[in-house]
Amino acid sequence: MSEPERDPHTGRLTTGHDWNGIKELNSPVPKLVWFFLILTTVIAVVMWVLLPTWPTGRDYTKGILNTNQYKVLDASLEAGAKQRAPWTHTFETTGFDELQADPAAMLIVRENGRRMFEDNCAMCHGRDGQGGRGFPDLTDDQWLWGGSPEDIMETLRVGVNNKHDEARLSQMLAFGRDGILDTNQRRQVVSYVQSLSEHDDASHVAALKPADIEAGRDVFAMQCATCHGVDGKGLPTMGAPNLTDDFWLYGGRRSDIEETVYGGRQGVMPFWEDRLDEVDRKILTLYVLDMGERQK
Amino acid sequence: MISQLTPGERQLALVLSICLAAVGGFLAIVGKDDIIAVHGLMVSAVAYLLVFIIGIEFFKPSPSPRRIEKYYDDPTKAGIVLALVWGIVGMGVGDWVAWLLVFPEATFDAGWASFGRLRPVHTTGVIFGFGGNALIATSLHVMQRTCRTRLPDQLSPWVVLVGYNVFCLLAVTGYMLGITASKEYAEPEWYADLFLTVIWVSYLILYLRTLRRREEPHIYVANWYFLSFIVVVAILHVINNLAIPVSLGHAKSYSLFSGVQDAMTQWWYGHNAVAFFLTTGFLGMLYYFLPVRAGRPIFSYRLSIISFWGITFLYMWVGSHHLHYTALPNWVQTLGMTFSIILVVPSWASAGNALLTLNGAWHKVRDDATLRFMMVAAVFYGLSTFEGSFMAIRPVNSLSHYTDWTVGHVHSGVLGWVAMITFGSIYTLVPWLWKKKAMYSNALVELHFWLALIGTLIYVFAMWNSGVIQGLMWRAYNENGALAYSFIESVEAMKPYYAARAVGGLFFLTGVMVCFYNVLKTIRMQDDATVVPERPPLLVAAPASAE
Repeated sequence: MSEPERDPHTGRLTTGHDWNGIKELNSPVPKLVWFFLILTTVIAVVMWVLLPTWPTGRDYTKGILNTNQYKVLDASLEAGAKQRAPWTHTFETTGFDELQADPAAMLIVRENGRRMFEDNCAMCHGRDGQGGRGFPDLTDDQWLWGGSPEDIMETLRVGVNNKHDEARLSQMLAFGRDGILDTNQRRQVVSYVQSLSEHDDASHVAALKPADIEAGRDVFAMQCATCHGVDGKGLPTMGAPNLTDDFWLYGGRRSDIEETVYGGRQGVMPFWEDRLDEVDRKILTLYVLDMGERQK
Repeated sequence: MISQLTPGERQLALVLSICLAAVGGFLAIVGKDDIIAVHGLMVSAVAYLLVFIIGIEFFKPSPSPRRIEKYYDDPTKAGIVLALVWGIVGMGVGDWVAWLLVFPEATFDAGWASFGRLRPVHTTGVIFGFGGNALIATSLHVMQRTCRTRLPDQLSPWVVLVGYNVFCLLAVTGYMLGITASKEYAEPEWYADLFLTVIWVSYLILYLRTLRRREEPHIYVANWYFLSFIVVVAILHVINNLAIPVSLGHAKSYSLFSGVQDAMTQWWYGHNAVAFFLTTGFLGMLYYFLPVRAGRPIFSYRLSIISFWGITFLYMWVGSHHLHYTALPNWVQTLGMTFSIILVVPSWASAGNALLTLNGAWHKVRDDATLRFMMVAAVFYGLSTFEGSFMAIRPVNSLSHYTDWTVGHVHSGVLGWVAMITFGSIYTLVPWLWKKKAMYSNALVELHFWLALIGTLIYVFAMWNSGVIQGLMWRAYNENGALAYSFIESVEAMKPYYAARAVGGLFFLTGVMVCFYNVLKTIRMQDDATVVPERPPLLVAAPASAE
């Protein structure tokens, strides 16, 4: 350790330490540092007095403001609900037809519904509601579980093939994988299903073997008609789609239909009863219907 | 490098490498049905490579006994190069994932290339790969000089450095294979954690042995910082990673903590990793290289002492500010917030001490990009610590939390402070270590400085903007009292900022590449006999030569 020396630039003494040429000035701690240390400590102590802070064994100091984050949350939720009350009351008490005819209500549907749809539904059905393979298009006229406002709202409430006690259940069997139909029968029933489908050009039907279609008709009656109906037009109560139109949830090419018959389909939709309240589900129902109308 | 080891150290190195190969082989066999086998084989392969490297020079003559007249700098040299390699890898992956946020489909439909797996490769690569190697390298240098003593032996620094890098390698390859403990900045699984524990304790023992041999009566403040870094990171690492593996043959383990206790343990770890890995370690670097480069005494010895104890004491309390407005009890949040507010004072005192040290050397700051790196580092240290304390205030946090503001804050700290002080230290250190008059090209140092500064500014301004916009969009209500924006709309609003951020990152990455090139070129330059790395001269007369 060398002797303290005077730094020519500042005129201050060093501490006398020297590490590989590094020295330290013996400057006092600037008053500003003490000032802010005391100031921030005072701020902290004031907060400790006001707010819940220190643990005291099994309990903690509550603070003289007697507040906590749950009380703050409850209060702000209550204030929000009060602010929304005028129009939520309308939605609670008014029927679908009346709401659809009320421009003011539909304005709320379009604003709030869009936000809710994008946050909750769009990841499967798309922001425009047109769905995709395995996810139904909500803007067409085809509804697996019925397209009335009441049906849609019920589907929103309980969802499809989920853990909700009242969930809509629809399980198309895996006719191939589970060995219910052999390869021949599957070929025949796929041909029959294709022959049912209305198509702009009938060439694909012409390419099917009449014998297959005939044999497929029997297979269909035995295995498929229970859910899809004898005429293949589907049953909304079973969530079984209409096979005679040109809408295909899982694709309408022959290979798609073969895949569906082989492995079955068990599409899932979550239930929203726990996440969205009745007014919100009503708004979403109206939003979905309105979206279809507007896209026509 | 092996020829520098004594025959006894070579034997021990061989034994340790064979043990490592055996552990790797054991994991590969008991875990043959699990992904852990890949890591077992990898560890074995690295260990056999080490055996091979040791074997080549095993029978070379013993090193000269006069070696003790010189500091032992080989591990520092290797650490500097490794730090830069990890820097390029880690920042490269960082910029890659930044572009991934602009073009989210660019994952080739491959699991390893998904954001969730590559992002920890980035964070581990830069924090532990780049930062950790730089800290180990500089700490070995600084403690020898400021203690005026040679490292106690020549094997243990290599154990620390090689072992640490094996850990980093296990970590980043594991993420891409899908191995993760799901704890941020502590993602490696139990076997990698155990391995690091052994390595880290060796580091601590090495540091303490060197300190005990010191020839200087006082311990310089840089060593206090480095020591706090080593001790506290050991404590954090062990506690946060307490877990029970499914079996010895499985990579997966389950944390000892659950629920809110797990979250609190994790963020006690997480914030103190920021404190004791990314702050005190690098303050150790600053307290040595800044005064040396500036040729000025430290502004205030007393200020450095109260800053040290302030930082060490206060940081321990503040982890809970990462869990504001969660299931964490309100009182823990208040504690975290209030201590965070006080914490700004010692942080600013450190930054101020650094900047005031430059008084009398500002003309050097103007002319010397290396010193300017360190000056800017001190400024960003001040900025990001103020920002951190500000964001820890609960109402502010309700806006900033979960937004890109956090990302901007972190990067103003790590790009502006941690990386800048490291570059300044590297440019100071490299010519000394390799006995050169100066860096290969001062123009390239200057270029690197501006690339780094511009990159950092673009990055943090982009993230401040996007973060505040996100936060405001998430809490905006329409006149009906319902939320105004959907989440996807806030994502769309981020796109230009994400692109800007990726460009900023590219600037920064380019700078590191320039640095690496410059360092390699410097290493290959003609030695300069006038450069004496043995400064201060080692006192080899009495105690050291007795060995």
